[in-house]
Amino acid sequence: MDLSAINPVLLLAALLAAATPILLAATGELIAEKAGVLNLGVEGMMITGAICGFATAVETGSPLLGFAAAAVGGAALSLLFAFLTQVALANQVASGLALTLFGLGLSALLGQSYVGVKPPRMEDVNFGPLADIPLIGRIFFQHDLVLYLGVVLVASVWAFLKYTRSGLILKAVGENHDAAHALGYKVVRIRTLAIMFGGACAGAGGAYISLVRVPQWTEGMTAGVGWIALALVVFASWKPWRVLLGAYLFGGITQLQLNLQGAGVAIPVEYLAMSPYIITIVVLVLLSADKAQAPASLGRTFHASQ
Amino acid sequence: MAQDKTKVGFVYVGPVGDGGWTYEHDQGRLAVVEHFGDAVETVFVENVAEGPDSERVMTQMALDGADLIFTTSFGYMDPTINVAAKFPNVKFEHATGYKRADNVSTYSARFYEGRAVQGHIAGKMTESNIIGYIGSYPIPEVIRGINSAYIHAKKVNPDVEFKIVWAYTWFDPAKEADAAKVLIDQGADVVLQHTDSTAPQAAAQEAGNVITFGQASDMAEYAPKPRVSSIIDNWAPYYIARTQAVIDGTWESMDTWDGIGPGMVGIGEITDAVPADVKAEAIALRDAIASGEYHPFTGPLKKQDGSDWLAEGEVADDGTLAGMNFYVEGLDGEIPQ
Amino acid sequence: MIRLVKRPQPSAAWSYGAPLLAVLATILAGGLLFFFLGKNPGEAIATIFWEPLFGEFAFFYRPQLLIKGAPLVLIAIGLSLGFKAGIWNIGAEGQYIIGALCGAGVALAMYPLNVFWLFPAMVLAGALGGWAWAMIPALLKTRFGTNEILVSLMLVYVAEQFLASMSLGLMKNPEGFGFPGSRNLQQYPAAHNAEIIANTGLHWGVLAALISVIFAYVLLTRHRLGFSIRVTGDAPRAATFSGVSPKRLVIFCLGTSGALAGLAGLFEVAGPAGQVTIDFNVGYGFTAIIVAFLGRLHPVGILLAGGLMALTYIGGDIAQSQLGLPAAAIQIFQGMLLFFLLAIDVFTNYRLQIGRQEAA
Repeated sequence: MDLSAINPVLLLAALLAAATPILLAATGELIAEKAGVLNLGVEGMMITGAICGFATAVETGSPLLGFAAAAVGGAALSLLFAFLTQVALANQVASGLALTLFGLGLSALLGQSYVGVKPPRMEDVNFGPLADIPLIGRIFFQHDLVLYLGVVLVASVWAFLKYTRSGLILKAVGENHDAAHALGYKVVRIRTLAIMFGGACAGAGGAYISLVRVPQWTEGMTAGVGWIALALVVFASWKPWRVLLGAYLFGGITQLQLNLQGAGVAIPVEYLAMSPYIITIVVLVLLSADKAQAPASLGRTFHASQ
Repeated sequence: MAQDKTKVGFVYVGPVGDGGWTYEHDQGRLAVVEHFGDAVETVFVENVAEGPDSERVMTQMALDGADLIFTTSFGYMDPTINVAAKFPNVKFEHATGYKRADNVSTYSARFYEGRAVQGHIAGKMTESNIIGYIGSYPIPEVIRGINSAYIHAKKVNPDVEFKIVWAYTWFDPAKEADAAKVLIDQGADVVLQHTDSTAPQAAAQEAGNVITFGQASDMAEYAPKPRVSSIIDNWAPYYIARTQAVIDGTWESMDTWDGIGPGMVGIGEITDAVPADVKAEAIALRDAIASGEYHPFTGPLKKQDGSDWLAEGEVADDGTLAGMNFYVEGLDGEIPQ
Repeated sequence: MIRLVKRPQPSAAWSYGAPLLAVLATILAGGLLFFFLGKNPGEAIATIFWEPLFGEFAFFYRPQLLIKGAPLVLIAIGLSLGFKAGIWNIGAEGQYIIGALCGAGVALAMYPLNVFWLFPAMVLAGALGGWAWAMIPALLKTRFGTNEILVSLMLVYVAEQFLASMSLGLMKNPEGFGFPGSRNLQQYPAAHNAEIIANTGLHWGVLAALISVIFAYVLLTRHRLGFSIRVTGDAPRAATFSGVSPKRLVIFCLGTSGALAGLAGLFEVAGPAGQVTIDFNVGYGFTAIIVAFLGRLHPVGILLAGGLMALTYIGGDIAQSQLGLPAAAIQIFQGMLLFFLLAIDVFTNYRLQIGRQEAA
């Protein structure tokens, strides 16, 4: 055993990158859930984004265009969900699961000719001298653009929900859609936009895996990250900054676990791998004392005539 | 024969687009198509879960008139035996298992032979003397590879140390990337992987001065560096030979465990990132193993706990290798249970 | 403009017609997909829907439908009780795993003792295991008000890791040459969930699924508890007056669905699957959620929906091998079927009104 082999600076730097896909996807899902929509199709939207982004980046040579395409792809797929749940008034849980099934199949078909292809590299942002600051530089200033955009996204969502009128309307729709409707807000339209935002973020999160973290395309490569993102939203009790914290915690446990193994510490890997989920449950219980509850209309179907 | 065309079925555990295990089996199938042309018809089903689903798919292929069925995952072992009992005239080939019958053969590859070559190059080339190893699950196949690589790295570099990280997944590219990064962050400048995605290759490239080896497929897109060589699963010669045997009516149940010699394990091109003398030694080692002149598990070797395993000049028997559940002397840490 | 107007009562015609229409729509859209993949659409559709039921080898596929459909129905019946009452257990996959582990654990601990009570004991252990795993979200919900959707989902991942640990450690076959996975219970007569009548696919799990359908039907139509479940789903506040406390309902619904999922896992591990392995669970717990909705949370509907899902799996695999369709195309096809069913179902409770919007 040699704990000195673990370099905390590198651990932290790796953690930021590891957290980004779930951070993006969870932030998108947070907006959808705040609007009262539970979309369990995150995994399907992520994998669709992963292939859309990958294919576009390979064809155009630009990873950033890839991310844009991934967001569009994720949003497009989420429109299916929006149609089912908002127009056809179908159950959200079933629609979300169907969306994941569909997305996994669709991405596999789209990606058939991209197996074994190497995508263009995503460059790190050049912070000049900032990157050379001891410790801080390595941890914070040697990453790619999307990682920073992820943090900016969290801040924007926070500000949007807290300070803007649109944010208040969104929350009102999520809390009580009938009242919001009575006040003249377009519940279906607002929810559709929220779902699309969620889809776009999930798509970008998926592309972060296929373009930056891994980078390659293989079928089913998101390997369940979408479900972790769903857990994260609850873990964060629908608060943007807690999503950030939670993403780092979730990413951090995996990193720490691998680091401990590398250092030769005999840990029961399976039990450590369960820990993020158990911690989420514990947090849920602790939060129950807090008044932070789920949006009151979460998962409920809205029809204007009611 | 009941029909003019010989029909060969393949049951895959993953998608053919996984770029690794299933992809290489499908390459083998395509080689059969190429080799026999119209004389043979191949069918396959991908993403078949182990258990009752695989049993159903095998039965369906047999009902549809398959003459030979390759079942390409360890977990298909008992289903293969069950289905084979119902179709005595259909030949079955089960990969990586140990149960046989009159119409069931088993086949597997001696990947540990390739690991010996990797270990040699790794031991020679590491400067930090730390070699990282990404394992999937702690099963004999993987443990065998770790031991083989370690023995040969240690032989050329007594100071070498192995850091082993278990991913506990067959397939999760993001986790493989994480594992590789962790190993590199902890000072490894060589990363060996027993998982199939190119994620560790990309992580090594990102880090700079780290070398890797392709796994399952050549991963040549990462050559000449970080990927300096590779172990390639090459099922084509075996699949062609067994199909031919069925056509000729000479098929018999047998246990095949082939390595570099018969070409089931391929060593991908050793790139120029490897110094010429090391490359020459590696090729010599490869050839010695291929010709049967040298066995990667040759004594004297001790187990991790210091007890004797193989005496001077003694060679490990296949039974011990097949069920290997111990580290050799010098490796740190415990095999997780 | 076109708008949806709620029907005073669900339309009986639509509730029967919608699934048929959805299957037709899927056949059209799926046919188009297969056409673009360069396959003969008619042949592909026939292979998926016709071949398993009436094809040359139907004698083999029909029993397979029971094997594939039984766990789906058994789990979905349990879930539907909760879904009706607005209690969302989406962690059946985890309960299925734990049920299998508990049941197989009993058998492996007794090995090689052949006693008549072993299988009943395994059934009991399987049900209890699934029940206990579901009690975690149930008790956390009643005690602390935590969201059962998330707790039950989280516990799926915990169960999966637990399964890996068991297959590699405690339950590993001592005669398995170090390979992961337990002994095969199919070769342990007292523990084997064998077919009751040979070559029919009818094992105890199928029987349990059928019994659960009847049980659920009686419960929902004839029993006061069933009445409470229905009322709670429709009007939570009114339910308080129906005499059953919401907490007891949560415990009952989650417990029942957990026990049934655990049973499904036990019957699978002791029968068709035979072994505890790392990849033992193949997603029945999640697919069953879809089955429950496809069946409109009605016991008979679930029975039919489970059969339909099983059919697309079996037919899909046949289409892969006979026509060379990629697995992904089958997945998309299944996705489409669900989309159409969910979308068209709206007409059961709503009708389209074309014309000017009336004053509300």
